[in-house]
Amino acid sequence: MKLNKITIAIAAGAVALSATIAQADVKPAVVYDKAGKFDKSFNEAVWNGVKRFTADTGISVREVEPTNEAQVEQGLKKLAKRGNSPIVAVGFSSANALSAAAQAYPDTKFTLIDMVVPEANVQNVVFKEHEGSFLVGALAALKSETGTIGFVGGMDIPLISRFGCGYEQGAKHINANITVLQKMTGSTPAAWGNPSKGGEITRSQIEAGADVIFAAAGGTGMGVYQAAADAGKLAIGVDSNQNHLQPGTMLTSMVKRVGVAAYKSYADAKDGTWSAGVTAMGLAEGGVDWALDEHNRSLVTADMETKVNAIKASIIAGDIAVHDYMSDNTCNY
Amino acid sequence: MKRDNRIVWINRLLLPLLNILTAFAVTAVLFWIIDVNPMEAAEVLLYGAFGYEEGIGYTIYYATNFIFTGLAVAVAFHAGLFNIGGEGQAYVGGLGAGLAILMLDPTLGAWVFIPASIIGALIFGGLWALIPAYLQAYRGSHIVITTIMFNFLAASFMVYLMVHVLRDTGQMTPQSELFPTNSWMPFMHDVAAGLGYSIEASPLNLSILLALVCAVLVWFFLWQTRWGFAIRATGKNGSAALYAGINPKHIIIVVMCISGALAGLVSINELVGYQHRLIMDFHLGYGFGGIAVALMGRNHPLGIILAALLFGTLYQGGAELAFEMSNISRDIVVVMQGLVILFCGALDYMYRPWLIRHLAPVPKQEELSGVAI
Repeated sequence: MKLNKITIAIAAGAVALSATIAQADVKPAVVYDKAGKFDKSFNEAVWNGVKRFTADTGISVREVEPTNEAQVEQGLKKLAKRGNSPIVAVGFSSANALSAAAQAYPDTKFTLIDMVVPEANVQNVVFKEHEGSFLVGALAALKSETGTIGFVGGMDIPLISRFGCGYEQGAKHINANITVLQKMTGSTPAAWGNPSKGGEITRSQIEAGADVIFAAAGGTGMGVYQAAADAGKLAIGVDSNQNHLQPGTMLTSMVKRVGVAAYKSYADAKDGTWSAGVTAMGLAEGGVDWALDEHNRSLVTADMETKVNAIKASIIAGDIAVHDYMSDNTCNY
Repeated sequence: MKRDNRIVWINRLLLPLLNILTAFAVTAVLFWIIDVNPMEAAEVLLYGAFGYEEGIGYTIYYATNFIFTGLAVAVAFHAGLFNIGGEGQAYVGGLGAGLAILMLDPTLGAWVFIPASIIGALIFGGLWALIPAYLQAYRGSHIVITTIMFNFLAASFMVYLMVHVLRDTGQMTPQSELFPTNSWMPFMHDVAAGLGYSIEASPLNLSILLALVCAVLVWFFLWQTRWGFAIRATGKNGSAALYAGINPKHIIIVVMCISGALAGLVSINELVGYQHRLIMDFHLGYGFGGIAVALMGRNHPLGIILAALLFGTLYQGGAELAFEMSNISRDIVVVMQGLVILFCGALDYMYRPWLIRHLAPVPKQEELSGVAI
């Protein structure tokens, strides 16, 4: 009941807020996380959304690339002070800073991607990575001839285990006896940018029999795709559509449309429909998906495509429930 | 002025100034190449760092970290040791400060928490440097190698603790829970408000006073005590010091512990003063930056304070520059800092022969003989 009241209060506040600002010009801005906007992965996907918004509307978006923790908050507050709104913050590591900025500037709209901060002026966009990973896991199992597939994670955090767990479930859904090798690159943020170690892990998984390897490891993934291509095996990309990186050996990519979240925040603010609260973007909302384009068309048979799309439809319909690792920090499904 | 005095002034003042100006000149060329008016950029940078109260706050806040790490490097340097493990020592120092706060009863007052966290940071930072020190003193492992290795160990160790032990439940970011409010190092703007002045809010906190006290203590210790003399003697000439009855093994241990403890205090400014929780990577860049600060400050506390202020200016002014000018990315700011380090650190003595020849020439032979007669 209490939760309901809060939700109603937030919704009412948001409606009031959006009503007053409906006619106002938007001054959109974005604060990337410390990886910087050209990380070929997460931040870059946001940047693509930002770029698209500017191209579509002609409204320029103010960008800040912080280099340390203090600058995230400093950047958010300075943008708010200059009257920018909505301000998009990228990545769960910005949560503390965003929370402070949102309290200091209660009239400014903030959007946080990948994390939830319970403030009345914050729109939180999180993704159901387990659903998208389930799909690519199913495709990997359909494609695998050895009955062994691999997963290379970046930094060892629950969010990445969520990818791995969804992937495993998808694979087991197709073939209950399949072996899923899982390995994290490291335990520090450096694990997001270590392609040589990614390649090493991939080679060892290939030696152990894996013929499809999914990387959810940021920049480390580049080494994974290269190693798979060198050995003539298949790899699966993540976040952005990475099929073009190694055409011919990229089976697919688990696309996480973070750019859409940024774009939507700006567009909603422009149309006066922006609202605070939590949005979980899964397959149904188009937040996650698998990528099929000219680069991997030849690898995916019509039969596989039909099967994967059927699974997608079942997940959307609720017939297949994908266990979320982060709901209980275990992968028991 | 006597020639020796002139050489001292050249080394201490003229050279660093010329080096900085050269770095700025090269930066100006770089800006000009990417279509940024260098004068305008300088204006934005200086305004960002000193033009308004909040900016000044950030500048001094960054400088505080550099004072701690600069002093840490300098103390070790006086004993001839190159401590490049400031990063790791600062990180583990943060663990000491954090544990001291998280383990104490949250209802206690600031007068318990703040000294406890400072002592925690000192002890943990110092202990993290003790192991490489022991290995250098008694096993002959080179301190440069061991301290840099310990940076990686510290990173893995801290991540393990923050991911598996200290993590705040419900948070994706590996970080501890929030420290109780009465354990926070007071913000400067709160202190000023208490005294009846109003200044803009910034992360600047009372840790800057701690940093200045440390600078004075380091000066006193190195130049006014027996221990300090023994340390400097060892650094100047180890064999002579040994012959004079100074045990270099003890010196290594003591110096490295002090150095590590000073680096550990970065966490007081960052965690107890601003973030108010144990977070990942709060130390990044300050340990290595401290080496440049110590070099530029000629390993003297006063020089270190000035050099730290310069680095604080570059950090804050650089952020402002990247914020205000769309074609200056944050990487250009790093290049700018890199140029300062290049000219002040690596090419430190580039101008020296030239300056000596023109400003303090060796007296000509005839003059010398004239004096002799």
